[in-house]
Amino acid sequence: MTNEIIIAGFGGQGIISAGMIIAQAGMSEGRYVTFFPSYGAEMRGGTANCSVVVSDEEVASPVVDRPDTLMVMNEPSLIRFEPRVKENGILFFNQTLIKSRPKRKDIKIYPVEANLIAEELGSGRIANMVMLGAFAAVTKTVDLDSLKAAQRVIFKKADEKMHRLNDQALERGYKLING
Amino acid sequence: MSERYLFRGNHAIAEGAMRAGCRFFAGYPITPQNEIPEYFSARMPDYGGVFLQTESEIAAINMLFGASAAGVRAMTTSSSPGISLMQEGISYSCGADLPMVIANVVRGGPGLGNIAPAQSDYFQATRGGGHGDYRTPVLAPNSVQEMFEFPKLAFELAERYRTPVIILADGLLGQMIEPLEYTFDPVDPKTLPKKDYILDGCKGRERRVIRSYDLRPGYLEKLNFERIKKYQKIEAEEVRYETDHLDDAEFVIIAYGTCSRVAKAAVRLARNNGVKMGLLRPITLWPFPKKMIEELTGKTRLFIVVEMSMGQMIEDVELVVKGKAPVRLIPHPGGGIPTAREIWERFQQFREEL
Repeated sequence: MTNEIIIAGFGGQGIISAGMIIAQAGMSEGRYVTFFPSYGAEMRGGTANCSVVVSDEEVASPVVDRPDTLMVMNEPSLIRFEPRVKENGILFFNQTLIKSRPKRKDIKIYPVEANLIAEELGSGRIANMVMLGAFAAVTKTVDLDSLKAAQRVIFKKADEKMHRLNDQALERGYKLING
Repeated sequence: MSERYLFRGNHAIAEGAMRAGCRFFAGYPITPQNEIPEYFSARMPDYGGVFLQTESEIAAINMLFGASAAGVRAMTTSSSPGISLMQEGISYSCGADLPMVIANVVRGGPGLGNIAPAQSDYFQATRGGGHGDYRTPVLAPNSVQEMFEFPKLAFELAERYRTPVIILADGLLGQMIEPLEYTFDPVDPKTLPKKDYILDGCKGRERRVIRSYDLRPGYLEKLNFERIKKYQKIEAEEVRYETDHLDDAEFVIIAYGTCSRVAKAAVRLARNNGVKMGLLRPITLWPFPKKMIEELTGKTRLFIVVEMSMGQMIEDVELVVKGKAPVRLIPHPGGGIPTAREIWERFQQFREEL
């Protein structure tokens, strides 16, 4: 099984860390992973995106052209990346911040109230975790528990309170699908 | 499986260098390789070495000249425009036969270009780059694991042949993150063989001179003929490459670095479609795997060179193939990265035109 993933949104929405958490979780499960962030000019005031590949076999190209899975956190990212999702691929979109709706009929689409749920839990900053929870539930690319452990590695400087909040956000996202 | 850690390519090359015994780093910031000096600056004190952010790339390379003359494993890193500035110092170091490691995390050019991944410094790296008759071995990693391992190999080659060695990466290899395994124990520089040419105080022995010039009539020519023997030995003994599905391949992609990863995905795509495609990935760009390409020339219907430049490595391929088989180019200059699907589609066009 290979899942080629693109995550995209505004700079500051935790796009890069979300990608690294998937990579860390995949690695902890003994899978092959590779992660490539957008860097430099593209970040400034605009969109951030990253590619993650999680696979049972050695990852050839780290460049994701047509993702199996797309997670978009804001409107411009939906417009930019939706056309690139593979046929029968999966699209998660942040329903709280994205007002338009995906147009593709040949992919599976999951709306996620990422920011709404994150705000309910107390911080809009953890919307990315809600998204990751839903991602784990639908794609089963990595386990929920692996994601929980991974966020503690990636955010190793955060305090216990933040780690718990992240766990809750992951769970809420997961339960959106496996309610 | 032993312990693995997620590592950024730029961090991996710095960690690998210090574990390989590098105890002197000098460099000047430039994207997309800034995480390298950042990591060196944080970790070098633990290794008891020197980290210096210099006033320019020119200062950095000349400090390497001094550090190497003193016998230390010395390294600098930069990206394309910065490496251009270093060419004088690299030429001097070759003229003085000093070992050192220079990593170029290539970005789009020419000029200030952009900060996207590129391979357009191939000519500069493989042809010497500066003035005078010289070559430098060039290693081209294609994973974070190799970013970690190649500094050690580079120092070994540099000291075996007393030459600067170039590691030619690109912005993608610098920025990407992959699992890393510590595949070798840290090298204690004190355990390395003594060097018989370094300037370490001449008390009790004859004085030594390290310089890159010789004005006596006829002497430089003689010296350069001697140095050519060293290059011939490197060409005979140090060629490194990797192959993928070449045994029965009718069509062969030749690609290095980032492009070799994409090409590997293209080979999978082709094989899934019943096409006998294979990959030759040069690991040393100089010395170039000429013999391997020569062997392939008789049985290959089509060579496809994929490079993030406008047709540089393809010249080395054509020098070997000598028109005996068709060679086609898929170029991406100025920061573009090819995709497996694109290689597959272009291949199908090429095949139809045969």
